[in-house]
Amino acid sequence: MGQGRVARGIALDRQARRGLMLTAPGTLYVALMVLGPAALAVAYSFWTQTYVTLDRTPTLANFREIATDPLYRTLILRSVIVAGLVTFLTVLLAYPVAYYIAFHVYRRKALWLLLVSIPFWTSYLLRVFSWKLVLGYNGVLNSALIWLGVIDKPLEWILFDVNAVVLTLTHAWAPFAILPIFVSLEKIDRSLLEAAKDLGEGPFRAFFRVVLPLSMPGVIGATLIIFIPTVGDYVTPALVGGSEGAMVANLIQVQFGKANNWPLGAALAICAMLCVTIAALAAAALLRFLGRRIR
Amino acid sequence: MSSNQRPAGQAPATAPAPAMAPAADPAPEPGPVAGAAALVRMQGVTKSFGSFTAVESVDLDLRAGEFFSLLGPSGCGKSTLLRMIAGFEEPTRGTIAIDGRPMAEVAPNRRPTNMVFQSYAIFPHLNVADNIAFGLRSPGQSLSRTEIAARVDEMLATVGLGGLGQRGANELSGGQRQRVALARALILRPKVLLLDEPLSALDKKLREQMQIELRRLQRQVGITFLMVTHDQYEAMTISDRCGVMFGGRLAQVASPKELYQRPVTRQVAEFIGGINFLSGRVSARDAESASVEVKGFGTVTMPTEPAIPAAGGQITLGLRPERFYLAPERPAETEVAAAATVEDFAFYGETIHYYLRLDGYDAPVIAAVTNFQRAAHFAPGDRLFAGFRGRALVALP
Ligand SMILES: Nc1ncnc2c1ncn2[C@@H]1O[C@H](COP(=O)(O)OP(=O)(O)OP(=O)(O)O)[C@@H](O)[C@H]1O
Ligand SMILES: [Mg+2]
Repeated sequence: MGQGRVARGIALDRQARRGLMLTAPGTLYVALMVLGPAALAVAYSFWTQTYVTLDRTPTLANFREIATDPLYRTLILRSVIVAGLVTFLTVLLAYPVAYYIAFHVYRRKALWLLLVSIPFWTSYLLRVFSWKLVLGYNGVLNSALIWLGVIDKPLEWILFDVNAVVLTLTHAWAPFAILPIFVSLEKIDRSLLEAAKDLGEGPFRAFFRVVLPLSMPGVIGATLIIFIPTVGDYVTPALVGGSEGAMVANLIQVQFGKANNWPLGAALAICAMLCVTIAALAAAALLRFLGRRIR
Repeated sequence: MSSNQRPAGQAPATAPAPAMAPAADPAPEPGPVAGAAALVRMQGVTKSFGSFTAVESVDLDLRAGEFFSLLGPSGCGKSTLLRMIAGFEEPTRGTIAIDGRPMAEVAPNRRPTNMVFQSYAIFPHLNVADNIAFGLRSPGQSLSRTEIAARVDEMLATVGLGGLGQRGANELSGGQRQRVALARALILRPKVLLLDEPLSALDKKLREQMQIELRRLQRQVGITFLMVTHDQYEAMTISDRCGVMFGGRLAQVASPKELYQRPVTRQVAEFIGGINFLSGRVSARDAESASVEVKGFGTVTMPTEPAIPAAGGQITLGLRPERFYLAPERPAETEVAAAATVEDFAFYGETIHYYLRLDGYDAPVIAAVTNFQRAAHFAPGDRLFAGFRGRALVALP
């Protein structure tokens, strides 16, 4: 018996070792490529740029500047709000699509999922440019509206504004929201829906009381997947956002580029990260709380 | 299914035998009064999926307050029939009425039925109390919080889950899940409770315990239970009446006792317990009794049944294993007996099954004796006499 236990201990050890070996490359890569730069950013944020040299005396000056200058606050706040709006709209629009595929498509679900992923077949940059063509001053949308006589001169607020950023990102993220929601819906045991009906609920309330709370993990997943990268997105605001649509990532890019103030850029990045973390955790907690409230 | 089979649940006009007619069930058995108005009335109910017919022209009346079991092999259409009553499937043809009201256009959530699903379908995001209260919070009911809480508590106690209201749905044992599913349906006080193999997921011990409990619960609440099962013993032990289905058709509807003693077809006879088939020839028949010459045994007298043909006709006779008398010498108690050789035996604890080789029969016949009958203990190779009485035989078409 004692021997058996020893043998099992060794077997477990071997398994553990194999597990470590399998995860090692990934772990190493993440450590090198994510943790390293992140640590560097933290270090930079406490330093000071003095023209061309770097003053390495630790200081909170960068953070003080971010806290006092309203420009930074506006941009961070705008980024969080835009990301929140994009996330909300994307999840709202993606849910029915995911629902339809999960509950009303019986054959060729894979084909539908493939169709959903088609936008990925072209590069994101091309897609943003296409939006520019659609939304631009002489773009498809304005031309069409003028031709129809709805307006007599091009609308300017469509492009180079927050609206354009929200529209473009919502479209871009749709598959990222559809897939996790689809998976969580697909996992729901169909007999639960019959049980809800059997217990006296019509289709709408059965959805609200059973399907919605059970798909919450997918909704939370989609929310996080979209919200976190959107806060830090800089391609979209740079291309379609104009000055009114700029977000915090554009500012960070300027600090690391033209302004050549890496420490301020690093401090901005860290503030943005903290805001994202707090906002994302709050959103996930809120959704989970709401899901639990439904009885 | 044989073509000369009688439509289910209908006594042939010529039948004097009361045991054949469910409507005139002599029922000393517990249960509802014979002839009570049908609570559920199914007429010509048929369900086809494409070209495949899962349920075919089923006529069945369920009486108020009875425990009815639907029995049959896998895939014979039991669940489909149940789901049509619940409203999850529309009959292709035929009508279902509950309490006199046609159900054709009535959605499942508006029917006076509730269902215990085979998988239990417990809502995983709700605790036990919220699962049970689910139906009470639907728009059809308008109850205050305190009323709901009181009824849930009462129901928890009824099904033996007292104190477990706050347990999560995923923290329950199989038996507890079964009770939650039952409580959740019963709390709405349906006219008919539909149970789709409610005990099949439980182990044997627990299943037997839950059978007794289901029966007790049904008597206590007085609701009509329609239970699907493919376990014949389960159906027989807890039901007032059983219906046996084969290939979408209802073959027989009767009390458990009658089903066992008077099966109307070979298929039913084989499905309900073990049975031996003996071949015979009718030598004489009048209105009261018939003389039948049983191959290998001799001539016996048995009560006339509709399945017995006129004199000279061939007949298949069913004989339950426990109706055999076994003795080392020709038994005096029985009308007929035949010499046999013990081929093998199986020990079941309370009974012993002997596999007997008889002259003129290809397959061995099975005789069951209680372990208590010490006189009837034999070993393989032993010669013995197997006898039976005429009234133990069942005439089968
Ligand atoms: N939605 C459906 N589409 C096509 N065929 C179906 C459908 N539902 C059931 N069937 C078929 O109808 C037949 C009867 O099915 P049903 O579920 O009623 O059987 P059952 O008697 O409950 O069997 P079991 O004891 O295995 O549960 C089966 O052959 C099944 O394949
Ligand atoms: Mg079934």
